[in-house]
Amino acid sequence: MDWGTLHTFIGGVNKHSTSIGKVWITVIFIFRVMILVVAAQEVWGDEQEDFVCNTLQPGCKNVCYDHFFPVSHIRLWALQLIFVSTPALLVAMHVAYYRHEAARKFRRGEKRNEFKDLEDIKKQKVRIEGSLWWTYTSSIFFRIIFEASFMYVFYFLYNGYHLPWVLKCGIDPCPNLVDCFISRPTEKTVFTIFMISASVICMLLNVAELCYLLLKVCFRRSKRTQIQRNHPNHALKESKQNEMNELISDSGQNAITGFPS
Amino acid sequence: MSWMFLRDLLTGVNKYSTGIGRIWLAVVFIFRLLVYMVAAEHVWKDEQREFECNVKQPGCENVCFDHFFPISQVRLWGLQLVMVSTPSLLVVLHVAYREGREKRHRKKLYVSPGMMDGGLWYTYLISLIVKTGFEIGFLALFYKLYDGFSVPYLMKCDLKPCPNTVDCFISKPTEKTIFILFLVITSCLCIVLNFIELSFLVLKCLIKCCLQKYSKRLKSSACECHNLRHVECGEIGAPPLLQNRHSDLAMSSPQRGDTKLLFDAKEG
Repeated sequence: MDWGTLHTFIGGVNKHSTSIGKVWITVIFIFRVMILVVAAQEVWGDEQEDFVCNTLQPGCKNVCYDHFFPVSHIRLWALQLIFVSTPALLVAMHVAYYRHEAARKFRRGEKRNEFKDLEDIKKQKVRIEGSLWWTYTSSIFFRIIFEASFMYVFYFLYNGYHLPWVLKCGIDPCPNLVDCFISRPTEKTVFTIFMISASVICMLLNVAELCYLLLKVCFRRSKRTQIQRNHPNHALKESKQNEMNELISDSGQNAITGFPS
Repeated sequence: MSWMFLRDLLTGVNKYSTGIGRIWLAVVFIFRLLVYMVAAEHVWKDEQREFECNVKQPGCENVCFDHFFPISQVRLWGLQLVMVSTPSLLVVLHVAYREGREKRHRKKLYVSPGMMDGGLWYTYLISLIVKTGFEIGFLALFYKLYDGFSVPYLMKCDLKPCPNTVDCFISKPTEKTIFILFLVITSCLCIVLNFIELSFLVLKCLIKCCLQKYSKRLKSSACECHNLRHVECGEIGAPPLLQNRHSDLAMSSPQRGDTKLLFDAKEG
């Protein structure tokens, strides 16, 4: 079980995402997971071994290390990536449930004109409308919450995003205030800032996607109300014709055509 | 052989699980297996090397470490993951057995070998009970072995050959405590999911039983007895299944109390 498996899970959601969502998945896996695996883990590999305190008192180094690094940066990033990726699974589960229901109706003979066979149900891309719109929007909302929470926890735990080269420690059993030296503080600071920046970019992408989804729904709703007001008799026919035109012109991109239920 | 092997085995279970079973699998894969592999294992990587006692007596550190950690927390966690995941394989084995039977008899004995009825329903139920039992057992073992779920930064040790009561310092106690709490929370979540699934299965079966009894009473006057044969919940082993009046029925030969009905049943 490794990051590749998570990539397989999340990659499946890619098909049903908006364009911004696809960009988000790419940023997550290239600029965060990959950087974590190939670079950051090497930098933090010897963090406790090379954490040195200016004392021979046994136990002082352990205690000071534990005080300054209650959770290692690497582990916190790994947890952040896992938590931030999992709301996408809500969408995957919803799509799987939708397909299961469609297959059940198909077997009963209800949706024969919509789908050719059961394979067609599996291959067809599910549109982000109705209840799926709510699931998708909730997943984006949770992603934003998790990103922000982890960034705050990071800031709170380490008093900022900069690692000092020396820390003063006077916790028992240290005999007095001793100097403790962190290994590779500058390199660690560089990677910390990189990961935080990638986090911020991901958060901005999520916010943009949320606004995009909300604006599109509002826009379509106001357009529909306008049509109904101007041409009450032909409102239904026109709106259906408009939908058909939009479906054709949207050329397979995800479009929200219905009201969220 | 690695965790990938377990992952591949469990992926096959997904097909025969209920919706809640799939959520359980997702929780196990992502919040337990993945967290274990990418984070937890590294936290305990240098646990003995960084375990330090305030004494120069050779052997004292070894003895104290062995006394406080008879089995490393991370290894116990790994064992728990293996034991908790494997009862699900009973279901896969049972489905394989059904498929083997169909091949041997060279005719269709079941509606679908993976459909949860009859003996497979009981196998699934047993696997749920065993899984829950393992989860609770391991949590209790964890609590008993380490006197709770937190890791202290300092432990006093006076075992031979230590000359007196010495202070021993554990490496990364806070980080270890955080991950152990994470393990406990995900374990409890899995226990809750198992209970919900158990209740859901039992309730579904009871409802079907009641509905079938009720429909039997209604149809008793115009009974087409040669088309109907019921199996009650808890008798031979098959929960009663709703039947279509116009469907074709075929009986499989009773074997080890595993009687099935072949018909065009609706899925539950």
